[in-house]
Amino acid sequence: MAKLRQCAIYGKGGIGKSTTTQNLVAALAESGKKVMIVGCDPKADSTRLILHSKAQTTVMHLAAEAGSVEDLELEDVLSVGFGGVKCVESGGPEPGVGCAGRGVITAINFLEEEGAYDEDLDFVFYDVLGDVVCGGFAMPIRENKAQEIYIVCSGEMMAMYAANNIAKGIVKYANSGGVRLAGLICNSRNTDREDELIMALASRLGTTMIHFVPRNNVVQHAEIRRMTCVEYDPTHKQSDEYRALASKIVNNTNFVIPTPVEMEELEELLMEFGIMEAEDETIVGKTAAELAA
Amino acid sequence: MAALTREESAALIAEVLEIYPEKAKKDRAKHLMVNDTTLESSKKCITSNRKSLPGVMTMRGCAYAGSKGVVWGPIKDIISISHGPVGCGQYARAGRRNYYVGTTGVDAFCELNITSDFQERDIVFGGDKKLAKLIEEIEILFPLNKGISVQSECPIGLIGDDIEAVSKKAAAQIGKPVIPVRCEGFRGVSQSLGHHIANDSVRDWILSNRDGQAFETTPYDVAILGDYNIGGDAWASRILLEEMGLRVVAQWSGDGTLAEMENTPKVKLNLLHCYRSMNYISRHMEEKYGIPWMEYNFFGPTKIKESLRKIASFFDDKIKAGAEAVIEKYTPMMDEVIAKYKPRLEGKKVMLYVGGLRPRHVVGAYEDLGMEVVGTGYEFAHNDDYDRTIKEMGDATLIYDDVTGYEFEEFVKACKPDLIGSGIKEKYVFHKMGIPFRQLHSWDYSGPYHGCDGFAIFAKDMDLTLNNPCWNMMKAPWDKAPVAAEQKAA
Repeated sequence: MAKLRQCAIYGKGGIGKSTTTQNLVAALAESGKKVMIVGCDPKADSTRLILHSKAQTTVMHLAAEAGSVEDLELEDVLSVGFGGVKCVESGGPEPGVGCAGRGVITAINFLEEEGAYDEDLDFVFYDVLGDVVCGGFAMPIRENKAQEIYIVCSGEMMAMYAANNIAKGIVKYANSGGVRLAGLICNSRNTDREDELIMALASRLGTTMIHFVPRNNVVQHAEIRRMTCVEYDPTHKQSDEYRALASKIVNNTNFVIPTPVEMEELEELLMEFGIMEAEDETIVGKTAAELAA
Repeated sequence: MAALTREESAALIAEVLEIYPEKAKKDRAKHLMVNDTTLESSKKCITSNRKSLPGVMTMRGCAYAGSKGVVWGPIKDIISISHGPVGCGQYARAGRRNYYVGTTGVDAFCELNITSDFQERDIVFGGDKKLAKLIEEIEILFPLNKGISVQSECPIGLIGDDIEAVSKKAAAQIGKPVIPVRCEGFRGVSQSLGHHIANDSVRDWILSNRDGQAFETTPYDVAILGDYNIGGDAWASRILLEEMGLRVVAQWSGDGTLAEMENTPKVKLNLLHCYRSMNYISRHMEEKYGIPWMEYNFFGPTKIKESLRKIASFFDDKIKAGAEAVIEKYTPMMDEVIAKYKPRLEGKKVMLYVGGLRPRHVVGAYEDLGMEVVGTGYEFAHNDDYDRTIKEMGDATLIYDDVTGYEFEEFVKACKPDLIGSGIKEKYVFHKMGIPFRQLHSWDYSGPYHGCDGFAIFAKDMDLTLNNPCWNMMKAPWDKAPVAAEQKAA
């Protein structure tokens, strides 16, 4: 058995992290890899396509029912789905109460203590909430956890801002632990020259665009059926895209400490690609009425 | 008279500071001063109420300690919930010895530890529902409670639980005040902010509850504020006030009740013992209800006499005569105490390090016994406390703010006091150094020390400690032997 590789997937909220992760994992499983997904988002939607379920019962909810996490067994929280993929959701509170970050910490500690990672796994994927808002959501990239980080992004301005910010977070943990940026995954939104743009951003960050996943409605068709595209229509060309991504990740050795860019540099890049207009200082702070005058 | 001259004291401070790194030295230097009794303000000489340095041993507590432990805890008919993990409530439970009359668990609750006992799931999912349930259970188990306060521990602030909403709803359900107190331990630099937060919550949730309601007053109504009745202190004080003709309407908050506190806005004068912890509410009552307040000191006959006359000056001749009668009545008793203990204590040097009041308030009592306080300091005082301290202490004495374990030990080694008055954290360090020590937070499980009755106990306790034969037996016989042999040889 090869050494277990732990990967974390980050990216702007709504960018398609969970969908991309599950399709990627499905492709890995199809190729015979043993994979586990750990959902680190209170919404608990990181495993539904693998399990064909609405939302998996989470570690924290089970713990709350049982009294504490110490009362849980691993098999209570672990479900197996498509291709033998093991699925766990950390879970957490409804929005606006409690501490979701603590939920992630508790759940991951529980999985480690219960030996969830010890078996013959090849990969663990952590699917993490959009923003690293507090220490809890950085838990998956602390020492001895995920070593590789993939950032899902698209050619939209905010997605690229977010990617750059995540790279900043990785630098912090790269220096204290062993975590590395392993590449950008472009989940296409069909913007102009998107691939070139993401490749340019990747090179500024010191990494590569590991794969360009084109946009295709079959992904949505599969989602309606609570399935990954790979499972729903294995012969579709989109499934081959996820297989390509999977094989690139299997063979990836390009792990770097990222070099996040300053805001100005990022804006220059966006201007270069026509996503952002050059700033006209004369209009700053002017209302529509003032400009019309 | 100080243990050291002004120059020696200044040199000692400089020497003690030497061990610190540059930045720490600069910071700590601002917290240490040699007293100059000619000063009117401490501002230029000492810095206070600042964050303690990481790495030093500070004796300070936290905002929760200031609110739950000091202000709210001693209100006997209110149940104060330690909201959060179990430790804060359990380790602070009954530790301050706030005495009260009542049946614990029936109509008085100070000694109980009532906590929401937060678990991992309460942190993750929030503790609001648990708090609501807890209040329901309290109502069933302790129906004679008059109100409930929710004392926030650190995690409550971190996870953003809405204790205000829960309290409001619960108050409507049980028809009693339920007071949310945001005294999370990480707020502020010491317990001092907890006092302020607690005062503010009393102001917002209790003080005006009976405004406009009928209350039969007398011209002689007063309230005792900032006496926590440690070992019965407030009772020993109340006797004197009542004997001089005043009516004590409320005790805040030692042996105090919710009703007493709600009736306080009706009094003529607020008598403030611990200025540090209750000046906020006193100032508020002065502003809102026009009630004057005055700081008094019931430690030792000199200060008691001074204070009784000062209190009487707010009232008519009847009370003034009453004060004189009280003084006359107790003077022989006080003289007797002094006659008995002064010869055994005279000339002895004392060093103090206490909370926010006693470092200056007990100085007079020691002086009455012929002792001198050569160094004093506060855990959590502000500069208005140090302003008041300058005049109480002798010239060239040491004054130290938020003293570190290291500094205190070094000062003691240099000043060689005969007695140290401080807290449980300091006690055994100095015992091991062979120096007589009294706890001046808990009175070493004795007391009361306030008032005339208290002074007799205070004097006896100091004598028992200082003149205890054990201090002559600190050295093991086999450690003494070589010295004797050398002496013989010489």
